[in-house]
Amino acid sequence: MNRQIAVECTGVVKDFGTGSVKQRVLQGIDWQVPIGATTFLVGPSGCGKTTLISIIAGLLTATSGTVRILDQEITKMRPGRVVKFRADCLGFIFQQFNLLPSLSAVENAAVSLVVQGSTLASAKRQAAALLDQLGMDKNKHKYPNQLSGGQQQRVAIARALVHNPKIVISDEPTASLDAQAGREVMELLRQVASADDRAVIVVTHDNRIFPFADHIATMSDGRIESFRRNAT
Amino acid sequence: MFAIALKMLFHDRAKYLGLILGVAFSTLLINQQLGIFIGLITRAGAVIVDVPQADIWVMDPGVKNLDTIFPLRDTELGRVRGVPGVAWAVPLYKSNVTIRTGNGELEASLLIGVDDSTLIGLPPEVVMGNIDDLRRPDAVAVSVDGFRKVWRNEPLSLGNIAELNDRRAVVVAIVKDSPKFTSSITFFTRYSQALQYTNNGRNQMSFIVAKSAPGATPQEVSRSVVARTGLQAMSAEDFRYKAIMYVVQNTGIPISIGTVVGLGILVGIAVVGLMFNLFVLENLKQFAVLKAIGTSNMRLIGMVFLQAAVVGFVGFSVGLFGATMFFETAGKSPTFQGFYLPWYVAAGSGAIAAAIIVLAALLAMRRVLFVDPAIVFRG
Ligand SMILES: Nc1ncnc2c1ncn2[C@@H]1O[C@H](COP(=O)(O)OP(=O)(O)OP(=O)(O)O)[C@@H](O)[C@H]1O
Ligand SMILES: [Mg+2]
Repeated sequence: MNRQIAVECTGVVKDFGTGSVKQRVLQGIDWQVPIGATTFLVGPSGCGKTTLISIIAGLLTATSGTVRILDQEITKMRPGRVVKFRADCLGFIFQQFNLLPSLSAVENAAVSLVVQGSTLASAKRQAAALLDQLGMDKNKHKYPNQLSGGQQQRVAIARALVHNPKIVISDEPTASLDAQAGREVMELLRQVASADDRAVIVVTHDNRIFPFADHIATMSDGRIESFRRNAT
Repeated sequence: MFAIALKMLFHDRAKYLGLILGVAFSTLLINQQLGIFIGLITRAGAVIVDVPQADIWVMDPGVKNLDTIFPLRDTELGRVRGVPGVAWAVPLYKSNVTIRTGNGELEASLLIGVDDSTLIGLPPEVVMGNIDDLRRPDAVAVSVDGFRKVWRNEPLSLGNIAELNDRRAVVVAIVKDSPKFTSSITFFTRYSQALQYTNNGRNQMSFIVAKSAPGATPQEVSRSVVARTGLQAMSAEDFRYKAIMYVVQNTGIPISIGTVVGLGILVGIAVVGLMFNLFVLENLKQFAVLKAIGTSNMRLIGMVFLQAAVVGFVGFSVGLFGATMFFETAGKSPTFQGFYLPWYVAAGSGAIAAAIIVLAALLAMRRVLFVDPAIVFRG
């Protein structure tokens, strides 16, 4: 297996709609996301960032092209395999946090393990330890509606990491937070998520958090315009 | 995963309670109404049940139930007794009489005249008094419920005097009879005595009740009786069924009860189906998140069905408990006396509740199945 590359996109095209309303959102993406680093995907609104990471995660299917993740071609997998693959290898962080309101913080963080097949009780023990690391030791038993945005995003980070995925995909993780909370969340994400065998992909508009990137890919109009190591 | 499904369900208290109440209400309605229905219609055969010794009933060929009777000629008794396979046969008299209660009010009452010598036709369960005292002049036995209705607020006692069609009757025994369709007051007396109370002259045999000899079925013997006498004869069981079916076919009871039961089922389907759909709809984003994280469709369907099953089980239990309580308490009042919840009604309503739940879950399942996990990245 190629130890350096987590995700490799080759000629990925995505069309939405058919006929006269057909819109080519991704115009042939060639992109390699390295392992052991945090890679930002930036670009103007509507350029196709969310579409691209959805295809990488197997949540959308590409019109053409191939996506290899961890040396497996997700674009060729059976749907059932894709679901299993997501459960085992991917962690997700969303702009809207997307916590389950009926579960406490620690239960929410445990969900990824439960999805893999753990019992809720044993999953909660692992999730609790991770929440402690994220500075949530006092809020573990609160429910999402009792937590601030920053706190909710920490729970979401715990959920994305608790099952030790090889790839973490995050879409605008700071967009719903104020500057201060956004920076804190990014600091924590960097501390906890960074690992030699893990790739972290962050989609963002928020240039205040660019310093947290190892690599920055810039997208424009359905193409990757540039991919560079981050200077700062 | 199933723990999460349950937490999701219980989290939305209002909807959870609404769902439970929907199923419970439906179950209660179905059980209560069908229990009453069965209790009511079986009363149509109560007079037959009260003569357990006889297994053959003989009557005028035109008789369709126990209420519209045409008297048999006295000579028929001898002819029936002469039919091979008939072990014994005795006359039974049945008529309506007017009775004046303790406080002067008039009530409709049933008068049963039983065989003078054997007293066959008297219900087996004697609550108070001695049956043999019926052989005394003017002696009658009264049903427990009848006693309570005629002598309100008086403890059960013997020696009370009633007026049956303005003639004196002395209560010498109190018996427990099956609740009747029309009146809860029943008096029993000797056949000859009964004729005096109604004083209608000859030809007063309402029925001949008989017993088949060992080795012959009541159906076979009944056929012989029909062949030999030209009367109508059938087994006690068949007559009871016929009397019950008469009520089913000729009264509004099945329609009115059927309407309520149908409404119960409809309300159940509508309320539970809609509310469960709403529940799943409101939690659709959560299902999408679980899907994105890597939960298979099978698992998600399992979650939905578990949620539905819990709603169904709890709702059904509450409803059945309510219905049981109803029959426990109401079953003691004279109006509903003898009413109970037949096991097959409970089982049937369980099947209906299960069907409602499966339907609701199937409807809701589609949403979960087709929700696009890619929406998790959208606001
Ligand atoms: N399901 C869909 N059906 C049709 N068009 C879609 C669909 N999803 C996205 N698009 C279109 O694809 C284009 C790219 O959308 P996408 O969400 O990937 O952009 P983005 O770069 O993530 O934007 P933003 O920064 O605002 O989140 C947009 O023009 C959008 O309208
Ligand atoms: Mg986007």
